[in-house]
Amino acid sequence: MTDLKYRLAPASEMSRYCFPNNAVSGDASRCVCLIDSSTVEEINHIVHNGGLYKRPFNEAFEETPMLVAVLTYVGYGVLTLFGYLRDFMRQWKIEKCQNATEREEQKDFVPLYQDFENFYNRNLYMRIRDSWNRPICSVPGAKVDMMERVSHDYNWTFTYTGRVIKDIINMGSYNYLGFAQKTGACQEAAAKVLSQYGAGVCSTRQEMGNLDKHEELEKLVARFLGVESAMAYGMGFATNSMNIPALVGKGCLILSDELNHASLVLGARLSGATIRIFKHNNMQSLEKLLKDAIVHGQPRTRRPWKKILILVEGIYSMEGSIVRLPEVIALKKKYKSYLYLDEAHSIGALGPSGRGVVEYFGLNPEDVDVMMGTFTKSFGAAGGYIGGKKELIDYLRTYSHSAAYATSMSPPVVEQIITSVKCIMGEDGTNIGRARVQQLAENTRYFRRRLKEMGFIIYGNEDSPVVPLMLYMPAKIGAFGREMLKRNIGVVVVGFPATPIIESRARFCLSAAHTKEMLDTALKEINEVGDLLQLKYSRRRLVPLLDRPFDETTYEETED
Amino acid sequence: KRVRDTRTKLAPAYHLILEGILILWIIRLLFSKTYKLQERSDLTLKEKEELIEEWQPEPLVPPVPKDHPALNYNIVSGPPTHIITVNGKECINFASFNFLGLLNNEKVKSAAQASLKKYGVGTCGPRGFYGTFDVHLELEERLAKFMRTEEAIIYSYGFATIASAIPAYSKRGDIVFVDEAACFAIQKGLQASRSNIKLFKHNDMADLERLLKEQETEDQKNPRKARVTRRFIVVEGLYMNTGDICPLPELIKLKYKYKVRIFLEESLSFGVLGEHGRGITEHFGINIDDIDLISANMENSLASIGGFCCGRSFIIDHQRLSGQGYCFSASLPPLLAAAAIEALNIMEDSPDIFQTLRAKCERIHKALQGISGLKVVGESFSPALHLQLEESCGSRENDVKLLKRVVDYCMNSGIALTQARYLEKEEKCLPPPSIRVVITVEQTEQELDKAASLLKEAAQSVLN
Repeated sequence: MTDLKYRLAPASEMSRYCFPNNAVSGDASRCVCLIDSSTVEEINHIVHNGGLYKRPFNEAFEETPMLVAVLTYVGYGVLTLFGYLRDFMRQWKIEKCQNATEREEQKDFVPLYQDFENFYNRNLYMRIRDSWNRPICSVPGAKVDMMERVSHDYNWTFTYTGRVIKDIINMGSYNYLGFAQKTGACQEAAAKVLSQYGAGVCSTRQEMGNLDKHEELEKLVARFLGVESAMAYGMGFATNSMNIPALVGKGCLILSDELNHASLVLGARLSGATIRIFKHNNMQSLEKLLKDAIVHGQPRTRRPWKKILILVEGIYSMEGSIVRLPEVIALKKKYKSYLYLDEAHSIGALGPSGRGVVEYFGLNPEDVDVMMGTFTKSFGAAGGYIGGKKELIDYLRTYSHSAAYATSMSPPVVEQIITSVKCIMGEDGTNIGRARVQQLAENTRYFRRRLKEMGFIIYGNEDSPVVPLMLYMPAKIGAFGREMLKRNIGVVVVGFPATPIIESRARFCLSAAHTKEMLDTALKEINEVGDLLQLKYSRRRLVPLLDRPFDETTYEETED
Repeated sequence: KRVRDTRTKLAPAYHLILEGILILWIIRLLFSKTYKLQERSDLTLKEKEELIEEWQPEPLVPPVPKDHPALNYNIVSGPPTHIITVNGKECINFASFNFLGLLNNEKVKSAAQASLKKYGVGTCGPRGFYGTFDVHLELEERLAKFMRTEEAIIYSYGFATIASAIPAYSKRGDIVFVDEAACFAIQKGLQASRSNIKLFKHNDMADLERLLKEQETEDQKNPRKARVTRRFIVVEGLYMNTGDICPLPELIKLKYKYKVRIFLEESLSFGVLGEHGRGITEHFGINIDDIDLISANMENSLASIGGFCCGRSFIIDHQRLSGQGYCFSASLPPLLAAAAIEALNIMEDSPDIFQTLRAKCERIHKALQGISGLKVVGESFSPALHLQLEESCGSRENDVKLLKRVVDYCMNSGIALTQARYLEKEEKCLPPPSIRVVITVEQTEQELDKAASLLKEAAQSVLN
């Protein structure tokens, strides 16, 4: 983790931060604050990063405090010891074994699971299992109704009491623009299409499953993104895992970010290409890999690579960081490689008109070779898309695994996407879309600032609506989830293996549907729980910002 | 006075020499250059820059010829139901897998509408993070009850169901025996699992037994490894590529003889085979607990979207944490789950549709015999048949063109058909080109006869 000691770039060197011959000088150009090292106080003096970046890029990952790290390891150690003890007791029948077991007739088969594989599952995950898979029974909007469930045997089984906990503030669903609604233009249009077309399609795109609705959707998405052509698929995960193998194969090189999503990793593996990983959002690491790849060629045979594909995401959902897109594009152009951008979380959530991370940085969509995204998060539907040049989309229409073998998208879902995209673009005659994009940006800024002021460690970029709050210790994962639920706020907590073992976190997903009152209520409760569980680890005290350049997505700062 | 003993104990000579050599060696190691394995060829900076300048990658995608058969899709205006409007022409639908005719069913649509009014369209999250709705839990319970298993798990995409289920259990080093005619989703699941794949000839139990025996002799050479190597057989109930069924009773015998687990893919046979539509286990009267995992997609008989796996809790529960398509993907939109529940209700309430479907399949199977130039591939009770050329005209491309003319002839006369589409370079065992004929309960007997006679005509005019 880089800590917050950046150097201030002198104004005289600002103009030289275009792409130099050697490596992009990482640290200096990312200057965001000057720290007076004699006192621990810092003055946030945000300067414009000239050249590649047209707006300030504020990303921070505060270092884990040493004491906290030690205590976290100790915590896991204690849990592991108890785990071994319990396993021992279960094996010797001192304790009742509550796992499901193999059939009697198949007891002499090779065991299906290795004992150790499930150690973590049985002994750590099972204790805090009630923080996940919480069943809800209403639309996943800003407030949600949850079915109450209790466990009388320490989370091995759950029973539903039948009671419904109403109006929980939902900070866990990916509802960035608030399109998860049960009333409104989108829902009415979807209802009409449902009664006309039915729910299913029963055929693949290449056979008899290509409806006129799909063609309409693809043209609209292409227009929305600003690319020549687009193609839509029924599942966001499958969009990655089935199209990356169609684009690259043996003899090609994939450079993938450390923290890429499981779908990108699976797609890269299935393609058969060589995969090399660069450090998260680290442009020097990426450049080094590119240079080495071109200079040395394929390992052992030294043949030149057929093509190089860089896989990055717009917003990384576990870190809340935004990809350094201007630098990636500059590198890609210099080294003649291709860029695959996965905008699952950033489409609709970034940019003054919701067009994603490309618009956020003010770049040209044609510079990104393959623009991929999903419809699940900001559009309140399901599915994924790929946009790009017409040759690319024609090729995918012919050779994508999904087009040939997978059923096409359901018509009411398609209609929901069409209506929500038109709303965001403003083509439905209202400015609801624009208002929502701005509301989301306001909410993001406000929420992050308030949490930082309270003293929590928050990861990620200031503009990202995904807000990870660090918990570190394993016991606090379960405690945080449960305490927040007691106070009627639904949060998502994540631990190992989705994150590194000591960096467990709570992740808030902000939405345009959250009003300021809801955010204030949530912040108050988070403050309370933070004091109760001693989560305020941050050692930096932030002073209100000075000198922030004004652009469309900032707002008047209100003091509470 | 104490006399100092001057004979201090000196270490033996060889000891000192050895220590001296070791010290010199340490000094040498400390000062020698670090040995980089990568850069054996010391290129200068200028040479590296030249290499970077000169390198030309291939274009991202090769150009696709404009007349590629898979490039220009048929455009269906309106719902793909019994009467379908393809490319502007109204036809009777013999191409969509709508076996039980539930795509246009009013009860199914109204259940989906009610769900839409209550939940909206999307779920905005994976199952673990507020994406589990009570509809999902209800659908899982209903499916488990219908199939008479302990538990069921739902996926939001049919293809991803078996492609995520296989890698959850079978890892590197395990052995999977799979039929040659397995569908593409199974092939991708096997590829993702990184296990050893052994293909056996389609429906050939003798070949499978041979492979199992070979594996047994291998095991005896290395019993320790054999004790931790898991083995699986993956078969389909009703094969999509060939239209026939797997010999399940013999497979069960082989399972217990050689201690292999069976994964059964029932996408086409769920809702088709068996007295109540429970699939091939009901068709053969086999105890469902003998099959370790049954996977099916809900996109054929249930006329919804998504897929499910069912089996004992011991097996299915594992996928809730290690099924990639389940953990890392958004859950199924509630309206599609509600549509599936309603379709399941209809299947349970009127079990005579399965008999009707079977009768229609037999009828058209008989009617399609004897077409000159085309042969029918598939069982007589299979609702998804293939029509292949009796004699290939040399290259696959020409075969495809010929079949396209047959399909176009039929489409122009009001019967919508399609060719079976494959990715030619990606399939392990590419089936020959064919026309897909799909039978649904909604087709009347006149329409079946019309289709058969039209195909005869088309074959006559195009192939002769």
